[in-house]
Amino acid sequence: MTILEKVTALLGEGAVLEPSTDRVPRIAPGSPDAVALLLGTAHQEGWRVRIEGAGTWLQSDAPADLALTTRRLDRVPAVEPADLTATAEAGIGLDQLRQQLADRGAWLSIDPPGLAGRTLGSIVATATAGPLRHGFGPIKDHLLGVTFVTGDGRMVQSGGRVMKNVAGYDLTRLQAGGFGAFGVIVLVHLRLRTLPRADVTYLLEGAREDLTQVGEDIAAAGLTPAALELVSPALARRERWVLGVRLAGSPALVAADEAGLRAASGGARFTPLRAEEAHAFWMRLAEGFAVRPVTFRIGGVPSASDELLDLLQHQLGDEWISASPAAGAIRWTGDASIDRLQRLRRTLAGLEVPLTLERAPWPLRGAVGHFGAYREGVGPLVAGLRRTFDPGGALVVATEGS
Amino acid sequence: MSPSLASDLASIVGQRHVREARAERVTYAMDGLPTHRRLPDLVVLPGTREELIAVVRLLAAHGVPFVPRGAGTGLSGGALADEGSVLIVLTRLNRILKMDAGNRAAIVEPGVVNAKLSAAARPHGLQYAPDPSSQSACTIGGNVAENAGGPHCLKYGVTANHVLALEVLLADGTVVESGSPGGEPWGPDLVGLFVGSEGNFGIATKITVRLTPLPRAVRTMLADFNGLRTAGEAVSAIIAAGIVPAALEMMDQSCIAAVEDSVYAAGYPRDAAAVLLVELDGRNEAGVIAETEAVAELLRKSGARSVRIAASEAERERLWQGRKKAFGAMGRLSRDLVVQDAVVPRSALPQVLETICTIAKRYDLVVSNVFHAGDGNLHPNISFDATDPALKQRVEAASAEIMSTCIAAGGTITGEHGVGIDKLRYMPLIFDPESLGAMQAVRRVFDPKERVNPGKVIPVHACREWTSARSDSGWVNPGAVPRGEPVRAL
Repeated sequence: MTILEKVTALLGEGAVLEPSTDRVPRIAPGSPDAVALLLGTAHQEGWRVRIEGAGTWLQSDAPADLALTTRRLDRVPAVEPADLTATAEAGIGLDQLRQQLADRGAWLSIDPPGLAGRTLGSIVATATAGPLRHGFGPIKDHLLGVTFVTGDGRMVQSGGRVMKNVAGYDLTRLQAGGFGAFGVIVLVHLRLRTLPRADVTYLLEGAREDLTQVGEDIAAAGLTPAALELVSPALARRERWVLGVRLAGSPALVAADEAGLRAASGGARFTPLRAEEAHAFWMRLAEGFAVRPVTFRIGGVPSASDELLDLLQHQLGDEWISASPAAGAIRWTGDASIDRLQRLRRTLAGLEVPLTLERAPWPLRGAVGHFGAYREGVGPLVAGLRRTFDPGGALVVATEGS
Repeated sequence: MSPSLASDLASIVGQRHVREARAERVTYAMDGLPTHRRLPDLVVLPGTREELIAVVRLLAAHGVPFVPRGAGTGLSGGALADEGSVLIVLTRLNRILKMDAGNRAAIVEPGVVNAKLSAAARPHGLQYAPDPSSQSACTIGGNVAENAGGPHCLKYGVTANHVLALEVLLADGTVVESGSPGGEPWGPDLVGLFVGSEGNFGIATKITVRLTPLPRAVRTMLADFNGLRTAGEAVSAIIAAGIVPAALEMMDQSCIAAVEDSVYAAGYPRDAAAVLLVELDGRNEAGVIAETEAVAELLRKSGARSVRIAASEAERERLWQGRKKAFGAMGRLSRDLVVQDAVVPRSALPQVLETICTIAKRYDLVVSNVFHAGDGNLHPNISFDATDPALKQRVEAASAEIMSTCIAAGGTITGEHGVGIDKLRYMPLIFDPESLGAMQAVRRVFDPKERVNPGKVIPVHACREWTSARSDSGWVNPGAVPRGEPVRAL
C-alpha cells in the first residue's frame, strides 16, 4: 500500500486534499483524535511529516512523506465573553475567529504578520506577534493553555481555561514559538479582552531618527498605546518612514491618551486615520511580511533599536522593515542568502540579540534554521525535548539548521 | 549520605553556613503552610554563585538529592526537603547585579527579596510589578520557581510575564543560559518553561526581570456589599465594561472581622458580607480619574452599599495593609491556617463562593475568603487547630471538596502557590495520565535522575500505566514517589 492508500484507509477520503506542488500528499485530519491517529501511524511507519496551517505563512516545501494540514480543525468550541476566554481549534483562520469573537463583544488582541486567513495554530507555533505586542505583549501572553499531539501520536494538554494557572509545568510556553518541533497544536485556550470601545490610529511621517525620538517621547510621557510601530516607507507605502500609533481601550482612556499624544509629540503633526484607513494600514503592514521569500525577527533591548536598525540597513537593507522600538522588536522581510543571514546572526549573537527566522524557502531555512545556534547549555536540552516529544523524528522542522 | 558530605560542603561555603544540628534543621522543616513538615539531613547556605555551583556539583558527584529554597514563604510545601536530601538555601545570594533603568530591566540573584527589588527600582521611576502578599520576605528566585502572582497581577501579569532571561544551574552542575536581555526567546521558550517549574528543572542563578514604570496616578476604592453573590457580580460587571483595574480584591465577612480585630485594622465595615478593594492606576491622570468614576458607578449599580475612594496616600496604604496582612490577621482565629489556592472562571465566582460557604457549614469550619477576584483566583482559608486529629481530618475533607467544586466549575487547583506536595493528589483530577507523563518526561530532560526537589509537582503513580506502555520511546517510568501526605511527625 502507498502512504496515500494507508492514510485514506485510516482517516477516510475526506481527509485527503489535493497534493501540494511538490506532489507530497496533503492530509487534513478532521479532529484532534485524527491528528493523533495519523501521527501515531507516521511514527510507526517511519514517515516524515511536515506541518501546515492554511499554507499562507511558512512555505510548504519541507521534504516530507506527507503534509499534515490543520485546516479542517476550524471549530470554536467555546467563547465565554463574561470570562473573557475562548477555546478554538488550531486550524481556524484568524479572520474567522476575530469575527466570531467580535460577535460576542470579545477581542483577541493580536495582529500577527501574514494574510487574514492565517491559522491560529500557525500564529501560536511561530509566536509571531505584530505591532499590538507593544501594548498587549507577545503571543504567549494571550494563551491560557494548549492541547497538542506529539510526533508519535500522543495527545497532551497543558494549562487550562482560567486566567491564572500554575498547575504542572508550562508546556504551553514551550509550544508557543516551538515551530512545531514539539508537536502539532490542535486546540488553543485563549485569553481575551473586551472589544475596545474606542480604537484610533494616528500616523506621523518623517525621517527615521526623528520618528524614533518622537516614539521615545511618547513612551516617556507615560502614554500606553496599543501599538507604537516604526514602519519603512516601502512597507507603509508612503514617501517617508511612518510612526503608527494605535490607541485602543475605554473611551475615557483613549481620550486621555489622545490629549497626551498631542502634548508629547512636541508639535509634530500626527494624522488621524478614519476607521477604514486604519484597518487598511495595519492590514497592509501585516500582509507585507507574507509576500517576500524571507522574514525574520530580532529582539534586542529598547535602547539598541537604532543601532540594530542601522545594522540591518548595512547588512541587508531596510526597505521592508517594521520595528517596535520600545519593545526592542524588529521584523525584516526581503530576499537574503544563506551566507548573509548566517553572518548577520553571528553579528547579532555578539550583541546578545537572537534572530528568529520566521519564513524562508526550505533550502535556506534548512541551512540556517529557525533559531541557529543556542546559548550556553541550551542545545542538549532542546535536543532532549525534541526526542521526548518526537522520538522517531517524524516532524520535519528546521530548528537549528544544518 | 556520605558522612564526609557536611565537611565537604563546609569547605565550600564555610562551617557556619552548613547546618547539621537537628535544632537548626528544624527551622527549615516547614514553609508557609503548616500542614507539611519534612526534616532535611543537611542545610547549606552558599553565599556566591560560584559557591552554589560548587555545592551542586558536589551533590551531583555524591548522587544526593537536593531542594532549593528561598525565604520559605511558599504555600504548597514545595521547598521542603526529605530525609536523605540537602536543602540549599539561597537567601545569601541577594545581590542586585544590574539596574538597567534605560531598558527597564534588572539582573538579580535568586535570593533578592521581592520588595527590595521594587525599592531599588523606585528612584528610577520603576517597579517590579508582581507583588505577592509575602513580598516583604519572599525572594525573586522563589517567585520564579512558583510563577508567583499577587494583587496587581490582574493588570500587570504574573512572574512569567516579567522574566526576560535566566541563567540556570542544572542538577548535574551544568550552567544554561536561556532567553535574551530583550526578552525574545533564544530558540524555544525555555524561560517560559522554567518559570513555575517549582525547582524541578534546576536553580535560577541569575534572573533578568522586566521593570515597569511606576504609575503616575493611582485611585483606590473600597466597596462593601450585603452578599458575596452581589460582590461577585460586581466583579463581572467591571471586567465586562472593558476596564482592567490594577487590582480587584475581595474579602468576606470572616476575613473582614479578622482584619478589623487585628493591628492591621483598615476600617472595613464589619457588617458587610463582602468588600471589594479596587485599584486603578496609569500614567495618565485624566484617564485614571475617568475610569475610577466609571468603576464607582458600576459598583453602585451592582449593589454596593457604599463606595469609598481613598482620599490620601495614608488612607490608601491603610486599605491595602488590611488586605496584604489578612493572612497574618487570621492568626488570631486559631493556631493553624490552611491557605487554599484555586482558580475558577470569573463568572462562576458567585456560585462557587456560595458552595464554599455551604461546605464550611457542613464541616463546621471557619473558612475566610480573601482573594484576587479579578482573576477568579480564590484563597479560601481554613482556620483550625492541627493538634486536634478529628478537626484536621475535617479540614482535609473540606479542602478536597472545595477543590472538587472549583474543578467542576471549570477551574484549576492552583493559580499562584504551586503544586508542591500539597496539591499532588489533585493533579490527576485536572490532567490525564498522558499529560502528566509528558510533564514527567520533560522534567527528566532537565534532571534525568530527578535529584532536584524530588517528589514535587507530578504524582508519578498517576502516569505509571502510560509510561510503561510507551517505554520504547524515551518516556520513562521513573518509579513511585510518595503521595504528599498532609503531616509527617518530626
